[in-house]
Amino acid sequence: MIITVNGKTESTSSNTILDYITGKKIKPESLVVEYNFSILKKGLWSTTFLKENDILELLSFVGGG
Amino acid sequence: MSSDLFKLGEKTFKSRLLTGTGKFASKSFIPKMLKSSKSEIITIALRRIDFNSKTENIIDFIPDDITLLPNTSGARTAGEAVRIARIAREAGCGNFVKIEVITDMKYLMPDNHETLMATEILAKEGFIVLPYILPDLVTAKKLEDAGACAIMPLGSAIGSNRGIKTKEIIEILIENCTMPIIIDAGIGRPSHAAEAMEMGADAVLVNTAIASAKDPESMGKAFSLAVCAGRMAYLSDMGRQGKSASASSPLTGFLR
Repeated sequence: MIITVNGKTESTSSNTILDYITGKKIKPESLVVEYNFSILKKGLWSTTFLKENDILELLSFVGGG
Repeated sequence: MSSDLFKLGEKTFKSRLLTGTGKFASKSFIPKMLKSSKSEIITIALRRIDFNSKTENIIDFIPDDITLLPNTSGARTAGEAVRIARIAREAGCGNFVKIEVITDMKYLMPDNHETLMATEILAKEGFIVLPYILPDLVTAKKLEDAGACAIMPLGSAIGSNRGIKTKEIIEILIENCTMPIIIDAGIGRPSHAAEAMEMGADAVLVNTAIASAKDPESMGKAFSLAVCAGRMAYLSDMGRQGKSASASSPLTGFLR
C-alpha cells in the first residue's frame, strides 16, 4: 500500500505502525508519532493497522533555543 | 534573594535565567550546564526524524525537575505553531510553549501577526503561552489581551550575540506591560544579561552564548551570576545617570 511518511510517499507492506517503525530500525523510545493528524500514543502502535493513503509523521525532540 | 521569586503561569521559579538546548557540541554538556547555571526552564524543538542518522532524544539529557519549554520553531504560520504545540503537549512536555513563527530565513525575525493568532488559540486551550516577538508595544498589548503569560521580545537576531539592540523599545514594554518580559535572542555576553535585568526585565533566555562557549558549564554559571547581579541592582533602585560629574566627597574643607 502507499502511505505518506514525513512528507514523502512510499510503498509499504508493514501491517501495524509498530511493524513499520521496527522495520525501519527506528528506536521507539525517542519517537513521537502523528497518525493522520492525531498523536498516536505508544501503547496503540502495535494495534493500529496501516491503510492506503495513511499519513504518518515520525518526530522526535531535538535541541532548540 | 529568596523572596524574589519569578512567577510564570502556574509555576514559581527561583532562577530568572532560561536556557536552550540547541548548538551544544555534545548533549552531555546540557545537564552540567543546567546544574552550574541553576536554570529551571529549558527550550527544546520538535523535528521529523532523520532516517539516516541515530536519533538521540534530547529529553534524556534534561533532569526531570526542569520545566520543558517546547518551541514551535519551524512553524511558518499560526496553524503550524498550534499543531506543534498540541503535539508537544500530547507527547508529555507539559503546558508551557514558546511560540516562534518565522518565515524570514536571513534574520530569523518572528512574524508578530501569526504569533498573535497562535497565542489566541493556544491560550484558550490552557497552554502557558510565551510568544517570541519583535518588540512592539501594540503587539504586546494585544498579546496581553489574548492571554499570553509573558512576552519574549528579541534583543537582537538569534545567534548573533549582538546584545540588546532593541533596548529603547523593550524599556517601553517594561514600563507599559503588566505581563513578565523575558528578553530572548542575541544575548551574547553575561554583561548583556546583567543589562537586561538592570532595565527591569523579569528574565532572559540564553542559548547560543552558553552552548557555543568553549566551556558551557562555566559560561552557564557566569550568566547565572550576571542575571542575579542585574536583578539585585534593579531592586536596589540604582542611581541616575548624569551628563556632568557628581563628587563623592564634599567640595569644601580641602587641605591647602
